[in-house]
Amino acid sequence: MSKSEEHLLLPISHPTKGAGGKTGTWRVFKPVIIEEKCIKCMMCWMYCPDAAIEVSSRQEVPRVNYDYCKGCLICYEVCPVKAIRKEREV
Amino acid sequence: MPKTILDELIEAGEYLLPGHTACPGCGSVIALRHVLKALGKDTILVIPASCSSVYQAIYPKVSINVMIYNVAFASAAAVASGISQALERKGFEDVNVVVWGGDGGLIDIGAASVSGAAERNENIFVICYDNEAYMNTGIQRSGSTPPGARTTTTPIGKIVGFKKPMAYIMLMHGVPYVATANVAYPTDLYEKVKKAKSIKGFKFIHIFTPCPPGWRFDDSKTIEVARLAVETGYWILWQAEYRHGRIHFELSPPSRPYLDASKRKPIEEFLKFQGRFSKITEESVKKLREWIEYQWSIAKRFLDMSAQK
Amino acid sequence: MAIYDVITGNDAAAWGARLSKVEVIAAYPITPQTTIVEKLAEWVEKGELNAKFIAVESEHSAMAAVIGASAAGVRAFTATSSQGLLYMIEMVSWAVGARTPVVMAIVNRALGPPWNIWSEHTDALMTRDTGWIQFWAANNQEVMDSIIQAYRVAEDKKVLLPAMVMLGGFVLSHTAMPVKIHDQNKVDQYLSPYEPPHYVLNPKISEAFAYGNILFPWDYAKVRLSIEKAMRNAVDVIKRAAKEFHEIFGIWHGDLIKEVNTDDAEIVIFALGAVAEQAEATLEVLRRNGIKVGVAKIRVFRPFPKEEIAKIADKASHVIVIDRDISFGWDGILAGEVKATLHEYKVDTPVTTKIMGIGGDDILPEHIEKAVKEVIKK
Ligand code: SF4
Ligand code: SF4
Ligand code: SF4
Repeated sequence: MSKSEEHLLLPISHPTKGAGGKTGTWRVFKPVIIEEKCIKCMMCWMYCPDAAIEVSSRQEVPRVNYDYCKGCLICYEVCPVKAIRKEREV
Repeated sequence: MPKTILDELIEAGEYLLPGHTACPGCGSVIALRHVLKALGKDTILVIPASCSSVYQAIYPKVSINVMIYNVAFASAAAVASGISQALERKGFEDVNVVVWGGDGGLIDIGAASVSGAAERNENIFVICYDNEAYMNTGIQRSGSTPPGARTTTTPIGKIVGFKKPMAYIMLMHGVPYVATANVAYPTDLYEKVKKAKSIKGFKFIHIFTPCPPGWRFDDSKTIEVARLAVETGYWILWQAEYRHGRIHFELSPPSRPYLDASKRKPIEEFLKFQGRFSKITEESVKKLREWIEYQWSIAKRFLDMSAQK
Repeated sequence: MAIYDVITGNDAAAWGARLSKVEVIAAYPITPQTTIVEKLAEWVEKGELNAKFIAVESEHSAMAAVIGASAAGVRAFTATSSQGLLYMIEMVSWAVGARTPVVMAIVNRALGPPWNIWSEHTDALMTRDTGWIQFWAANNQEVMDSIIQAYRVAEDKKVLLPAMVMLGGFVLSHTAMPVKIHDQNKVDQYLSPYEPPHYVLNPKISEAFAYGNILFPWDYAKVRLSIEKAMRNAVDVIKRAAKEFHEIFGIWHGDLIKEVNTDDAEIVIFALGAVAEQAEATLEVLRRNGIKVGVAKIRVFRPFPKEEIAKIADKASHVIVIDRDISFGWDGILAGEVKATLHEYKVDTPVTTKIMGIGGDDILPEHIEKAVKEVIKK
């Protein structure tokens, strides 16, 4: 910042993935999607509070982004065919 | 394959970015994800002090990819009014000016500014995510806390009041659109926000968003708790439009069966998961049942009014 | 074409906003501010002023709405008084952190209880530490002109802070005086449309960003320091604004201060707004009696004209500060500021505080003359 702008230091923030850090480190249990069992209903994706399940079309099996998944296990609870298992991490 | 609402939700992309700092299992962010999908990028969120002022993350980064204006607790609906009027004065249309706040900010301290903006029919959305207490400051009771719930200011679950029926109060203002929603039904929420987007004037949406640490239940149970709120009749899903002196009120599909009280699950099913109700007294449960009856009796009145030709 | 008319201070304030082409007005009624916003609402309804008028449900919301409007890129205006100002004070402070250069007229009125609707300065002085630029108008012409100048200063890209213009309740607000209502073209020449240089809340013209989320103490301190820097920049900007105003309109109200007969004065009276005007009115009689008195009309209270005050006081043998306000347990509020300034600049001219006119109590020429004579006796 130049000297002439010092009077205008504004608390402006920019949208960034991982703005709160790699929230995957908060996890105790890790959800693992079992591809063969998945019926691509997208329930897990729909309810994930962290937008940590990624999918670009309904034809795909969703993928968990472990960098950010906090391990709440909502996905595990809502999967109608038990295609998600949980694994203890710590 | 014909395009379904699920395709639409996927194609809408994500405006809530991963790596925000809400607690695991937070109901509020599930709601926000779908609200933003419906609103799209031409949106300004006006956020009063709340969990969302914190979970958007810390300067100089933010985890929500639409414009955000953080404002003082009681001021949100008034700030939004000013923004909306300014944009109109400048000739900009189709910008969603949206207050996104909790029950504390919109049902308690900011209720006067919400009511004022509604009465003036400002072209804004006020969307309240209701986690039924002041969670951001550490679980103090609010005007939206149900009777019998333990909070840090009702440590043994003393009955103070009767959860304020804010959506009905807003409906009585005669604003163009009022709806309730619930995170267990995200497509219903998404459709309601889209509907609201098509209406000019004041829109109020009240969303039920369970809070695992505040209500003391396991992080994974957010959706189950939210669904039980509907199935026990505790939370009624409806939407209403006001047009030319008449209210058009309808129950949303998930709540329709529960107009018949005998179809509702016992309230205990909803209570049992939640630590905040673990020591609830018979008296409080009675009060809760009374409250549920009262909510339904109002809904019935509106249904009757809407049915009249 | 300019119009010469005899109007009240409140009408002058409304004209100041109108000539500044404000785009959003939000206000809540309180005596004695009401006729300002009534006038503006009337102009808006008649289509004489192309603005949005938001009749909000409280002063807190009035300030909130003008903050939102300003952040979305328009010139915004509000007005209040007394309890109304105190009710909105959370947002008054917020407008500074938001860097929204709104302008507010404050019709000074005493605080309750007991109820009192008459003039006193304590209301506006309670906002002293918020970071608003404060103009104190001495007469109705200055009310109008200060509002126009206030936008120039507030919106300057070296400043970007809100500004308030004070006018004494009833003594100015409801007292008609001759005022020159300027030609709109000249005002347009003086004050260009508001173009926010810092941020605009409008997704149609700007990428997504968030304003004001949580930051750590070290970042917060830098952000607050930048407000202090802006306030310091305001000193020169105010001087320039006053000078150019004089060039275009031929009117000089002073810049941060207006000195009257201070050059050879042994006693200098410091006062704010209409009180300073009243002090000025006593000069003739006192001078005729051989007493060398001058008046320093403090026109801008924030940023505080410390250097100028020190210089003026240094030349005099005694300073009298008239305060139409009080800080309980301390002093008159202006007097306290003056004393601290003189200490900082190592000026040892004695200072006498005179608190007068509390709750609209009359300040008559004989009161001021008596105060001067008491000082001479000592
Ligand atoms: S555990 Fe929770 S955060 Fe992780 S993917 Fe499942 S729903 Fe998302
Ligand atoms: S909820 Fe289960 S079945 Fe449905 S998409 Fe996810 S993993 Fe597959
Ligand atoms: S306290 Fe509750 S509402 Fe707030 S972020 Fe955590 S889970 Fe969400």
